[in-house]
Amino acid sequence: MSQEWPLWEIFIRGQHGLSHRHVGSLHAPDAEMAIKNARDVYTRRNEGVSIWVVEAKHISATAPGEKGPLFEPSESKVYRHPSFFDIPEEAGHM
Amino acid sequence: MYAQMVKSTGSGAKSREEMTPEEAAFQDKIDADIKIEPRDWMPEGYRKTLIRQIGQHAHSEIVGQLPEGNWITRAPTLERKAILLAKVQDEAGHGLYLYSAAETLGITRDEMTEQLLDGRAKYSSIFNYPTLNWADIGAVGWLVDGAAIMNQVPLQRTSYGPYSRAMIRICKEESFHQRQGYDIVMKMAQGSPEQKKMAQDALNRLWYPSLMMFGPSDKDSVHSAQSMAWKIKINTNDELRQKFVDQTVPQAEFLGLTIPDENLKWNEDKSGYDFSEPDWGEFFDVLKGNGPCNQDRMATRNKAWDEGAWVREGLMAHAEKKAEKKRATELAAQQAAE
Repeated sequence: MSQEWPLWEIFIRGQHGLSHRHVGSLHAPDAEMAIKNARDVYTRRNEGVSIWVVEAKHISATAPGEKGPLFEPSESKVYRHPSFFDIPEEAGHM
Repeated sequence: MYAQMVKSTGSGAKSREEMTPEEAAFQDKIDADIKIEPRDWMPEGYRKTLIRQIGQHAHSEIVGQLPEGNWITRAPTLERKAILLAKVQDEAGHGLYLYSAAETLGITRDEMTEQLLDGRAKYSSIFNYPTLNWADIGAVGWLVDGAAIMNQVPLQRTSYGPYSRAMIRICKEESFHQRQGYDIVMKMAQGSPEQKKMAQDALNRLWYPSLMMFGPSDKDSVHSAQSMAWKIKINTNDELRQKFVDQTVPQAEFLGLTIPDENLKWNEDKSGYDFSEPDWGEFFDVLKGNGPCNQDRMATRNKAWDEGAWVREGLMAHAEKKAEKKRATELAAQQAAE
């Protein structure tokens, strides 16, 4: 068995000026081919206006076990949301 | 259903008392509809069963291209040809989404391909039946993709994140497949008497193989109980088969075609049709490799894999050479700057 093509993660910018979003992955020998393949695999129905490809091994990620310490602290900081504050109607639109 | 008779590893679903703390926490997440993601802890049985199920599903998409690809060059009009080409290309895409999902569980693409090619991994029995004429292409879209959708729609809610996301994408694209098939059959059913006869003949031949797609009754299966507890199987085979029959009968009636089943009858009590079971002896025989096209399909896949080897190797060698050259150029530029 010969060497398998590396795995690439594919990010696509949709029509409406949104950020690139992860849509899936695929195998390709290099970045150029990854983009060509991504076009065939992930934009057959006009889903995108731009493609990013990143070789999967270059992505660093948080570990599932870190979920609590990393993300729970923000749960107690409800004052970060505008709805935390009661502004009297008389003050007008804010 | 594209995954038939997927074996789970355990001997049925464990009770709460039998679970380790990790297993209990895992089951709690599933019960709360929290998705399991690749790096989360999961029982070995969950991982293995999913690899088998997603792999089988992916192989079905890939092998499923063969009976239809067979008709691309012989489609009756340029428009039909373009449509069929787009559909077959979708099937390749669906296979790729699913292979990627399975790879997140720790199996490589090549391992899965090898398992398919040497017969260790299965694909849906339906693709071992031939497509003899253009009416069959219509019937495949209408019935086979119709049955696949029945199974895939609930799987969008499956517990494993990457599988669920692949299914959502697939379902979005799949509905076109069934409609184009029905459109072909409709054209023929409303055409000349010969064309209508061809449409009826295709329905006659593909009806029972389509019912087999859901697999045999699994009400006593330990594998099903575990898979359902893990939410990698959402409905029983019988539930899905019933739904498929109830949906398809009126569609056949609209076309003026007859479902080839003398026992087909509306049952008011269950608000569904009573219908004949397919020949399960034939089903097991096809699974064992003795269907009309098993050897043909595997020979075609093996040939494509073997004859594509030089392309895979060549492109990799070219990519490595290019990367090497780039490194050398950068190094030279760096040295010149110093």
